[in-house]
Amino acid sequence: MGSEYAIEADQLRRTYRGRTGWLRPRRTEVDAVRGVSFTVRRGELFGLLGPNGAGKTTTIKMLNTLLIPTSGTATVCGYDVEKQTREVRRRIGYVFGGDRGLYERLSALDNLRYFAELYGVAPRDQKRRIAELLDLVGLTGRERERVEGYSRGMRQRLHIARGLLHSPDVLFLDEPSIGVDPVAARELRRMVADLAANGTTVLLTTHYMVEADELCDRIAVIADGQIQALGTPAELRHRADGRRVVEVEAYGVPDTAVSALRELPGVRETAIEERGALQLLTVQSDAHVDVQGDILRELTGIRLGRVSSREPTLEDAYVAIVNAS
Amino acid sequence: MLLLGTLLHVKQISRSPFEVAIAMVVPIVQATLAVYLFRAGGEQHRLIEAAVGAGVMGVWSSVLFGSGGAIQNQRWQGTLEMIMLAPRRPVLVLLPITVATGLTGAYSLLATLAWGRLLYGIRLDFAHPVVFPIAAVVCVVALGMFGLLLASTFVLMRNANALTNALEYPIWLVSGMLVPITVLPAWTGPIADVLPTTWGARALREATTGGPVWPSVGICLAISLVCLIAGGFALTYVERRARVAATLALA
Repeated sequence: MGSEYAIEADQLRRTYRGRTGWLRPRRTEVDAVRGVSFTVRRGELFGLLGPNGAGKTTTIKMLNTLLIPTSGTATVCGYDVEKQTREVRRRIGYVFGGDRGLYERLSALDNLRYFAELYGVAPRDQKRRIAELLDLVGLTGRERERVEGYSRGMRQRLHIARGLLHSPDVLFLDEPSIGVDPVAARELRRMVADLAANGTTVLLTTHYMVEADELCDRIAVIADGQIQALGTPAELRHRADGRRVVEVEAYGVPDTAVSALRELPGVRETAIEERGALQLLTVQSDAHVDVQGDILRELTGIRLGRVSSREPTLEDAYVAIVNAS
Repeated sequence: MLLLGTLLHVKQISRSPFEVAIAMVVPIVQATLAVYLFRAGGEQHRLIEAAVGAGVMGVWSSVLFGSGGAIQNQRWQGTLEMIMLAPRRPVLVLLPITVATGLTGAYSLLATLAWGRLLYGIRLDFAHPVVFPIAAVVCVVALGMFGLLLASTFVLMRNANALTNALEYPIWLVSGMLVPITVLPAWTGPIADVLPTTWGARALREATTGGPVWPSVGICLAISLVCLIAGGFALTYVERRARVAATLALA
């Protein structure tokens, strides 16, 4: 364990192969991860950011031994993820977001007792460790209730307690705040920050920019199975330097209008986000070109709401990176 | 770990409304089926043998659907990845699940006998009343080990249900749980000889109606040991294959 790195990934690739059809079977291949390389220092909180289907979960599953890479190598705490599986598993915790992954008809206590046994927590330490973790995640007093009656936030906290049972050196968090309410998400972020402050290496995947910005020492933006950018949140934000962002609230913007905006002089990116009946149109342009007048001209005849202009955020930098991939 | 794992899996299985409903209804159906089958054949004196045979069918169904279904359920509920991620040999991770299904199957055996007594007045006169429970335990353990061997295929296949459905009736028939092996075509003989279900059912039948129970118990245990060892190797191989083929999760 001499290396300063907790995680080292070198040219990881993963191709999913499948077959469709019975009479005329056809082989399918999907390259989910295409040559990903990065390192994570011990105690670092490293973020993997990307859109759906970018290859985040596949990357995590290769690092935590659930998937074997099609090619490339990776080590966790100095152990090869393909060949030294058990050594890696002793040192890692894995937490994923969502409702699944727990024994619903058992209590939280039974779930933790079972996984403590499975993950090799010494019997004499189990009771103390489980009590500590229930306290940490705020489930003390509710531990004898069946998990099927838990809210999503409670399940997520139980997931985290389970992932920490054996005090792992490296914790993989795969979109842990998905579907969690804002208060619970803030609590979760505080918990993750505390873990990293106490020396646990954390690899976090998330969709949420605020989460990545607040927590991560460094972020890798992954899209189309490849790392498109890697750096501190401040460094990534610089990717959007020299830009200006115009946001327009609108109703019923046709695709042709969005295409037309993209062709305007000085415009670099356009994105449209549906918020019920409302659409939020975001246009990034060169800072020295005032495009607001041109945008409003292109949207003539469309019902508009608030129009504003602002400095770019990490999210704008992320959109720029992903769109450029 | 094996004990706690088994107890918690029994708890998880026994709290399923579906499993509870099946456990209530199936033994009655099986006891009825066996009784009417033997009555129609004019073999009233063999009703207890019929009830025991039907009970073993219940144990087999429980192990088959339990092992296959439990692993499929684990995949659906996202726990299969979490248990396979444990720094343990895969056989130690899955054995508690298959033993738990064997234990719930033992309930099926008892319930079938009880319903046979209550509904049809079958007299529970066992030729070897002391040996019968031993043979029953051996039968349940053997089927649990067989379930472990089958579990390796269930880990690898996303649609394990198809295999469980296809295996249920042929194994009943070939093992002679209800119909004597002697009336089956000769080619089924070698298949029956290597199945622990055959020897488990035979041991129970001999404990019920008389005969040399211990040789059957011994062969049943030996085959179950082979299943355990083969299952251990198969699961290690299959776990790696599942990591290559990405079948531990649903997608």
